Amino acid sequence: MEAGFNRQTRDNSVSDLAIVDATPRAAEVDRRKVLGRMALFDFFFHNLTRAAAILVLLILGGVIFSLIYGSLPAIQAFGLGFLTTESWNPVTEKFGAVAPIYGTVVTSTIAMVIAVPLGLGIAIFLTELCPHALRRPIGVAIELLAGIPSIIYGIWGLFVLAPFLQQHVQPALISLTGDIPVLSSLFAGPPYGIGMLTAGFILAIMVLPFITSISRDVFDTVPPVLKEAASGVGCTTWEVMRYVVIPYTRVGVIGGVMLGLGRALGETMAVTFVIGNAHKVSSSLLAPGTTISATIANEFTEAVGDLYTSALIELGLILFVITFFVLAAARFMLMRIEQKSGA
Amino acid sequence: MSLYSSRRRTNALATTLCWTGTIFGLAWLVLILGALIYEGARGLTPAVFTEMTPPPGSSGGLLNAIAGSLVMTVIGVLLGTPLGMLAGTFMAEYGRYSKLATVVRFINDILLSAPSIVIGLFVYTVVVARVGHFSGIAGALALAVLVVPVVVRTTEDMLLLVPSPLREAAAALGLPRSHMLMRVAYRAAKSGIVTGVLLAVARVSGETAPLLFTSLNNQFWSTDLNAPVSSLPVVIFQFALSPYKDWQQLAWTGALLVTVAVLLLSITARALSSQGTQK
Repeated sequence: MEAGFNRQTRDNSVSDLAIVDATPRAAEVDRRKVLGRMALFDFFFHNLTRAAAILVLLILGGVIFSLIYGSLPAIQAFGLGFLTTESWNPVTEKFGAVAPIYGTVVTSTIAMVIAVPLGLGIAIFLTELCPHALRRPIGVAIELLAGIPSIIYGIWGLFVLAPFLQQHVQPALISLTGDIPVLSSLFAGPPYGIGMLTAGFILAIMVLPFITSISRDVFDTVPPVLKEAASGVGCTTWEVMRYVVIPYTRVGVIGGVMLGLGRALGETMAVTFVIGNAHKVSSSLLAPGTTISATIANEFTEAVGDLYTSALIELGLILFVITFFVLAAARFMLMRIEQKSGA
Repeated sequence: MSLYSSRRRTNALATTLCWTGTIFGLAWLVLILGALIYEGARGLTPAVFTEMTPPPGSSGGLLNAIAGSLVMTVIGVLLGTPLGMLAGTFMAEYGRYSKLATVVRFINDILLSAPSIVIGLFVYTVVVARVGHFSGIAGALALAVLVVPVVVRTTEDMLLLVPSPLREAAAALGLPRSHMLMRVAYRAAKSGIVTGVLLAVARVSGETAPLLFTSLNNQFWSTDLNAPVSSLPVVIFQFALSPYKDWQQLAWTGALLVTVAVLLLSITARALSSQGTQK
């Protein structure tokens, strides 16, 4: 296609751009020369951009390959037992990933339980209820929340939120749930302030803007005619959302939630500050724990010995595989809603 | 009639919840920024910008950390931006409907939200473990890997916004695609692409996790990029978790500086892009 297009312009002498002023014969030579140069440059540029695109693929390939390569010693030493062992002992070089994986799953779950309803509520507010003048400022403010670096959430969580939870919220939770069978073990033990609940809470604040802005965007893809029809037969605002907008955008909303989940799973610094870095699985949400990313951040530079380093890289590999599938699913769902709105 | 009033009640309840949720969400922004300004401004003295990071228990500044962050961010952006722009150009122009572009788009979106600590591990195994020591270059490379997906995404989106008649007019004059891109498409998409780069800078300048085990930290002034280099986020991390009051104060001040820089960048980017769309 490309080459044919260039040859055609050259042969038919359509373009007169190259001619400044000369006799026809000299102009013909000049034009051929300039057009040849342009075609050569175009060929070069085309391949340069293609190479850049391929390089982006190679980066992802490189990430996966280097993580597998780095974790080979640990994979050979522990095999699948890595995924079922709880102990994490650098002295005897016995490593298991159960505690970090458990912590990652628990903190992300807490985050999603808080952030999903809240994010959807804010998105509904922004698309349906908000006065027009406020719509843009509030939207921008929520997006600024997304732009704050995670280390800021971390330092705030450590010095402001954790002491507050320790003094005011956690004692109340412990005494309130003390007599209820399941909840009492969830909220057992002394109020440390830092721990899985605090980490989950910080994560919720962090993923809230992602869920909000994506849900708002997919809510906006609903054709107004559908909403107007529902309102026309007498639906309340809530019924329009509940029975028209949310079913119509379900796939996109789930995609946005998964994207937020991907963020929560991989978030490092905010969690590292408030999780407490304790390698144990405890049923109480108030107890300190650890997550995959917090373990790597805390221990990597202090890790002595190849096996220790390798075990940490294997943790990174596990994290990457989990987030890869979550994010891939999220993108897949968001792509479907884009096609729907495009059609 | 009772059905009607119960529906009204549900609606009122749901709308109230949405209102409360929004106020709750915005309250966090206010609380975080408030604490940051209150704690950070207390330590904001000229010494912060003129002195090096101190040893435990004495006062000092953040000069070397600020300089290290600036240098690594600039190098990271200089490395990542051209690559990202070229790849974005391929996806929007040369290979818009090709299979390669679809795959790259998908992979790029995943890289965009991949955990940044994993990128740090990647650069560690590829660069630091090979060379044998931590270095500022490794840190800058890690940041570059984070810049690329942001720039790819915005370049592609912005080029797709350029109206096709512009392209066709250039092609009708006999210009090959590369000239059309340089003279027409890039110019039309300029403010959008600049926005993307600014957003990438904003994202990268607060990143801590990928720097922890690439550039590490350095208590002193260092211009040697082949050696460990201090950076603001890593210093904040280290100082905030220390038991020393001076260090904790510096961490708050550093956090304030990072946040102000990031928010200014994203607000500038936003203003630029809205200007571009109004035109």
